[in-house]
Amino acid sequence: MIADLPLLSILIWLPIVGALLVLFTGDARPQTARWLALIVSLLTFLLSLPLWTGFDVSTAAMQFQEKKPWIEAFNIHYHLGIDGFSMPLILLTSFFGVLVVIAGWQVIQNKVHQYMANFLLLEGLMIGVFSALDAMLFYVFFEAMLIPMFLVIGMWGGPRRVYATIKFFLYTFLGSVFMLVGLIWLYLQSGSFSILDFHQLPIGITAQKWLFLGFLAAFAVKVPMFPVHTWLPDAHVEAPTGGSVILAAIMLKIGGYGFVRFSLPITPDASAALDWLVIALSLIAIVYIGFVALVQKDMKKLIAYSSISHMGFVTLGLFIAFAIFMKAAGNPESGRMAAMGVEGAMVQMISHGFISGALFLCVGVLYDRVHSRMIKDYGGVVNAMPWFAFFAVLFFMANSGLPGTSGFVGEFMVILAAFKANFWFAFLAGMTLILGAAYSLWLVKRVIFGEVGNDNVAALKDINAREALVLGVLAVAVLLLGVWPQPLLEVMHATVDHLLAHIAQSKVI
Amino acid sequence: MSLKTILILIPLLPLIGAVIAGFFRNRIGRAGAHWVTILGVAASCVLSGYVLKGHIDGSIGTINETIYTWGVSGGIHFQVGFLVDHLTSLMMVVVTFVSLMVHIYTIGYMHDDPGYQRFFSYIALFTFSMLMLVMSNNFMQLFFGWEAVGLVSYLLIGFWFKKESAIFANLKAFLVNRVGDFGFLLGIAAVLVTFGSLDYGTVFAAAPDKAADTISIFGGAEWSMMTFICVCLFIGAMGKSAQAPLHVWLPDSMEGPTPISALIHAATMVTAGIFMVARMSPLFELSDAALSFVMVIGAVTAFFMGLIGIVQNDIKRVVAYSTLSQLGYMTVALGVSAYSAAIFHLMTHAFFKALLFLGAGSVIIALHHQQDMREMGGLRKWMPVTWITAWIGTLALIGFPFFSGFYSKDAIIEAVHESSRFGSGFAYWAVVLGVFVTALYSFRLLYLSFHGKPRMDAHTRGHLHESPLVVTVPLILLAIPSVAIGYFTIEPMLFGGWLDGAIHVAEKNDVLAALGHHFHGATGMATHAVQTLPFWLMVAGFAVATLVYLFRPQIADRVRQMVPGIYRLLDNKYYFDQFNQKFFASGAVRIGQQLWNKADAGLIDGGLVNGSAKAIGWLSGIVRKVQSGYLYHYAFAMIIGLIGILGVWVVMR
Repeated sequence: MIADLPLLSILIWLPIVGALLVLFTGDARPQTARWLALIVSLLTFLLSLPLWTGFDVSTAAMQFQEKKPWIEAFNIHYHLGIDGFSMPLILLTSFFGVLVVIAGWQVIQNKVHQYMANFLLLEGLMIGVFSALDAMLFYVFFEAMLIPMFLVIGMWGGPRRVYATIKFFLYTFLGSVFMLVGLIWLYLQSGSFSILDFHQLPIGITAQKWLFLGFLAAFAVKVPMFPVHTWLPDAHVEAPTGGSVILAAIMLKIGGYGFVRFSLPITPDASAALDWLVIALSLIAIVYIGFVALVQKDMKKLIAYSSISHMGFVTLGLFIAFAIFMKAAGNPESGRMAAMGVEGAMVQMISHGFISGALFLCVGVLYDRVHSRMIKDYGGVVNAMPWFAFFAVLFFMANSGLPGTSGFVGEFMVILAAFKANFWFAFLAGMTLILGAAYSLWLVKRVIFGEVGNDNVAALKDINAREALVLGVLAVAVLLLGVWPQPLLEVMHATVDHLLAHIAQSKVI
Repeated sequence: MSLKTILILIPLLPLIGAVIAGFFRNRIGRAGAHWVTILGVAASCVLSGYVLKGHIDGSIGTINETIYTWGVSGGIHFQVGFLVDHLTSLMMVVVTFVSLMVHIYTIGYMHDDPGYQRFFSYIALFTFSMLMLVMSNNFMQLFFGWEAVGLVSYLLIGFWFKKESAIFANLKAFLVNRVGDFGFLLGIAAVLVTFGSLDYGTVFAAAPDKAADTISIFGGAEWSMMTFICVCLFIGAMGKSAQAPLHVWLPDSMEGPTPISALIHAATMVTAGIFMVARMSPLFELSDAALSFVMVIGAVTAFFMGLIGIVQNDIKRVVAYSTLSQLGYMTVALGVSAYSAAIFHLMTHAFFKALLFLGAGSVIIALHHQQDMREMGGLRKWMPVTWITAWIGTLALIGFPFFSGFYSKDAIIEAVHESSRFGSGFAYWAVVLGVFVTALYSFRLLYLSFHGKPRMDAHTRGHLHESPLVVTVPLILLAIPSVAIGYFTIEPMLFGGWLDGAIHVAEKNDVLAALGHHFHGATGMATHAVQTLPFWLMVAGFAVATLVYLFRPQIADRVRQMVPGIYRLLDNKYYFDQFNQKFFASGAVRIGQQLWNKADAGLIDGGLVNGSAKAIGWLSGIVRKVQSGYLYHYAFAMIIGLIGILGVWVVMR
């Protein structure tokens, strides 16, 4: 049966092998490359579905585990497995794997086989990141992932792509070096690279703090958190549409995932001691970046800043748990609100994947036709592209957290939990209601509505069937998750409860 | 059909209509779009009527049902469900009936508009959202409906998306409402944290036990949690129900087509805040401070917004300021714990204000989208039905005895008079003087548009005619309740305990019960009114309006010249818009610019990121000099190093 297969390995290696095959089709047969990439990504997506249908929601234990010795000298294993945190993220990855292939179908005319191969490679590596349970394996995927993205931006990117790629690479690389030091230290303490062993390892508080800061350096850059966020707008602006979509929808999530897989369970005491730092940076991200997004003139930059602001809810939701524990001292029922923060953060990651991916695709639709990302070059797009306008307004509304769309769910849950932790957390986070609507809808006003802005806009053709398919699928996802998030919440409960019970215990020796 | 099925169908049918009219607009055509939505809303209206009738004859009790579980997190069950009691069924009938009238009217009003199908799709979607709002049995779904009606309002104000003023107005409306929703959401969060549930039943039952809870916001000062919750929730109501200072979006919302001004921005959506506070009466009753706040805000809105109505020349804007003022009356009623009176006025107002708006719309189409009353006059000759129904609407609005508005407004004034809550003295004078103001601007509108000499150009005059049946029939159907509904329903609604199951009033606050002792039937109330101050203020307003706008128009100019300061203040609507534009809108953009240029691009990117890159470049430039490639340089360095190490070794020993 399908469940007996080593599914996770297949999901990692199928796209990577597929990437090699696509590469071999050569430059002369772009159509073959496209179809092959589509088939591989579709197959990967279909094979990821059994992860969900076969997922046991009642346990926090790792599921679909695979474990083989890899480098025995250092006790490194090829160890895969998923829980309620990683499973939804893997599905999100395989889902977007298909969408970017379709989205790049006609747009990319130059070195199609390399483009498609890069994205398949990226997909396999990202699934590897989410399923690795061995720290070295994780680190390899984590770093390897940068290379295809580096190439995507560097080869198909905009005019300042070299600056953007180097900035992107150095920023993220610099962060992860600190994590590597931490991982090696943990290996020396525990004698293995197993992440699950790290979770159980007692560590003194000073060491925990250093470890925590090392992890923070790696993951804060990925999320990205203020003040290490400035690579993101540049990378987004220069990246081709597909690159922006994967970057926003999946790669940023690896930062949030890192916090729940590494920082919180390995260094719970340091997390509790330094939660103020993460909370402060998250709130700054939400408010400060909200203001910065307001004044952007470039649509992609605006969405990039909006991403940073929305990701602030992820880090906020994860780290208010300790304040809630403290408030609820002695009342376990009341402490359960912490779960709402963590689950809200996770929902926000999935939702932001859909919405930001959709928004970058929308900008891509316009860019393909007019070759400008500047707001001032548009105006009255609805007159020429009514169907496009429908989708764009829907996604921008979702971006401003409208109830009934997925954008509401995570923010709502995090704000509720934040109120439990501290009134001011909720107050500042709630500002997004106003700021998010302001920058999203002001853009809609200037780009979508109004009289036809210029001849380019007048000549616009509405979205074709391929674009409608991609945006339509995302619209359904955004609405479904908004109207009924329970199926997603359900798969996380056991894992979240386990994590919270774990971090409530001190690990200090 | 089970009752639960009926309740699900009531909001769902308009939604289905909206989806079909929206997505298949080209396939089903114009007639298809209006038929599918009208049938949906009509069916939902009939079913709502069935539920209301069941409530009246007692065959249906209060229904509290969960439809599905939206999500479970942290031990909290977020659910979608219906609470249908007397308050709900009343709202459902008002909403679906006015909506149905507006649907029919739209066939005539939007006849030549290229966005015909889209319009029907939006208003049917609105009906769905509004029904979800009033039928909710928990705070989360309330917030869903709350924001959903806001979305539809946004789409409809900007319906003519080529008009710069329209797309400015809809952005403004959404953002101002979001300011209110920000408070609303904090209120909901406070409810959840205090009660551990968002379910109305659970929260209301537990409310008295939590009356002494506190919250500390600034340092150690402890505030009453209940006051905090109620004020936050009311901030939401201030946005949606356009109370000062969050009222600024409502006049601008008149940029939308007139049918939605009637439906959304007069009869239903803007009353959502009033409905919400009435629904939350078990909470508000626990905080006198919050109720005083509500009352004062309402009183300010009722009086001062009415004043602006006097100087407006756009026919729709006069009605819009009138709506603001009437919403203020309802809010004052809430503030003195006369929730039933607020709901009663909400209902009568829904009928006569929808009537007035649709009447204004009838005039506007007759004049080919001319909205300036200075270009009207004498229309009664050409448009008798519109004229007579406008008179009916006006008499109801100013509170002429026996008309519906008389009963609801007089009840509010008397209730405020009865109240001894902090601020009720001020509120009383605001609502009493408001009667004069209301009569003045109402008759001014009536005279300027329907009476006097025709002032439109000859071409327009030549083409004037009464509006078609699809327009006049809704006017007539709305005129009937505008006249009669108050007379027949005041007794059960205010004094007969019809809303007792839904609204909770503490005994010490029950001003309506005190009024009930003096109530001897609707006829007696109307005849008695002749001896009261409000009646004579209304007559005075009528007299002044008649003198100035029918006989001596020059008086208006002379008054304007006598008090130029006051006129300018009113004409500029107390400078709210200018202030908001300068302070909030431009201020936010300036903050954004500063943060972006100075902090993001300047300090972080310029200083830290590129700065460290430059620093490394500079450092490696120095280090590079060491690696010259000459062997003797290296040999020299080795010797120096060796000597150094030896030196250290010697010293250390």
